[in-house]
Amino acid sequence: MTTATSPAAELGPEGQFWAHLRAGRLMIQRSHSTGEYVFYPRLIAPRSGADDLEFVEVSGFGTVYSTTIMRRPAKHGGDYNACVVELDEGVRMLSRVIECAPDEVHIGMRLQAVIAPVDFGTYANSEQPIVLFRPVGAAP
Amino acid sequence: MTASSLRGKSAIVGIGTYGLGRAPGMSAMDLMAGATARAVADAGLQLRDIDGICGGTLYHMFPTLSMGEYLGIRPKWACSDMTGGSSFLSHLLQATMAIEAGLCTTVLIAYGSNLKGAGTFGIHELPTFEKVYGLMSPLPGYAMCAARHMYEYGTTRAQMAEVAVAARQWAQLHPDATMKAPLTIDDVLASPLVADPLSRLDCCLMSDGGAAIIVTSPDRAKALKQKPVYFLGGAGASWSREVSQIPDFCTTPTAECAPRAFEMAGITTADVDVLQLYDAFTINVIMFLEDMRFCKKGEGGAFVSGGRIAPGGALPVNTNGGGLSFVHPGMYGLFTLIEATEQLRGNAGARQIAGAEIAIAHGNGCTFSHEFTAVLGGANTL
Repeated sequence: MTTATSPAAELGPEGQFWAHLRAGRLMIQRSHSTGEYVFYPRLIAPRSGADDLEFVEVSGFGTVYSTTIMRRPAKHGGDYNACVVELDEGVRMLSRVIECAPDEVHIGMRLQAVIAPVDFGTYANSEQPIVLFRPVGAAP
Repeated sequence: MTASSLRGKSAIVGIGTYGLGRAPGMSAMDLMAGATARAVADAGLQLRDIDGICGGTLYHMFPTLSMGEYLGIRPKWACSDMTGGSSFLSHLLQATMAIEAGLCTTVLIAYGSNLKGAGTFGIHELPTFEKVYGLMSPLPGYAMCAARHMYEYGTTRAQMAEVAVAARQWAQLHPDATMKAPLTIDDVLASPLVADPLSRLDCCLMSDGGAAIIVTSPDRAKALKQKPVYFLGGAGASWSREVSQIPDFCTTPTAECAPRAFEMAGITTADVDVLQLYDAFTINVIMFLEDMRFCKKGEGGAFVSGGRIAPGGALPVNTNGGGLSFVHPGMYGLFTLIEATEQLRGNAGARQIAGAEIAIAHGNGCTFSHEFTAVLGGANTL
């Protein structure tokens, strides 16, 4: 189920996902036999039950499936985006769009993944970067 | 044997609420117990008559143990199926099966929450990847479903506001409703956005409160104090837990479970006199009416417009004022069963739907994750 080349097989599926991000790679699971991509990381594939999931590097390109502006007082950091991104490989991820005003994010917008540390959520101010997105064409 | 074998095999014989809105100093279990005492009295029963317990809160890992201990009930059968706010409708089906199987005779389904007093939603387990992004479940998920519905079907904020306005008009007719001030569509549109396209007034209340119902067999029900309200059909469906895993942001599992519930009850949408739909957000009512086939997919916004679901409208929805204006103590599902029961008893006062015989109570759990549709009927429907 886990490949010998994974950075730390003993981490389990989710742990491997985070380890890949720490190494600067956006890796998503794909079933070797069915070719189907799976996200979030799992031990077996949903529906098919395929137990041959392997992490493969993905393009990082995707499209906004839906989006919202989380309204927040300026003193607490101001408004921010939350969205669900459909990766070109077909899986959906929750994320945030950065380098773009929250009100400019729209359904259908093309995005590119950014692996970056954050100051919010589970991994706030830690060594663990997470997957964010920026509009395609935005200056890196 | 088919699922229809359960049609008419249980009845709601007691209802109670307690501490609705704000209940300083009360714990969740106190509120559950207060509602239970009222439901038991409403049924003309005693606590000792209860031999089955269903329940669940956002705080208790072992809810039926805590409930049984608090109330001094040693149940022969218990169930704490936890699907979010829809749990209590699922419990009604579970209780019907248990009663029909002879495992117990009289089931208490109860709930309490002191979330307003405690100042926290209290939910134990948030989805991993929602926590990673620092998102407060469930608001952003519903907002994104509403946004997608607007994108695919042209649904407008004014159409969603119709749901909030209708709820407020119904709440004005309920003596226990929290929000009674007049409300217009313009008021909703002018309300501050909290997660676009949802404004504060598109969101349900955050309340304290307890609720309880008593369920028994149809034979026992006939000998009790109240006019029995019969279980005619019920079905649930779940498709996801996390927002990112919702297969289609514009279609809920209701599309799959409501037809099964209707089939079990032997009814169509044309037979429904009144609906109680879990309105955590205004978009929910629009999507549930579509998914139940009261209108076509995508036409729910237009369908609720012009006061169709408000007092005096063609299709009465959320006649207590719903989670938007009546009360919403974290999980609202039990209140849909209580208002459906009031309507079918003919006890709903100023908000009574004349001659109501068939009511829908519909619960929603997490982020359009689990849906449960229950069909209830009066004596003439058996």
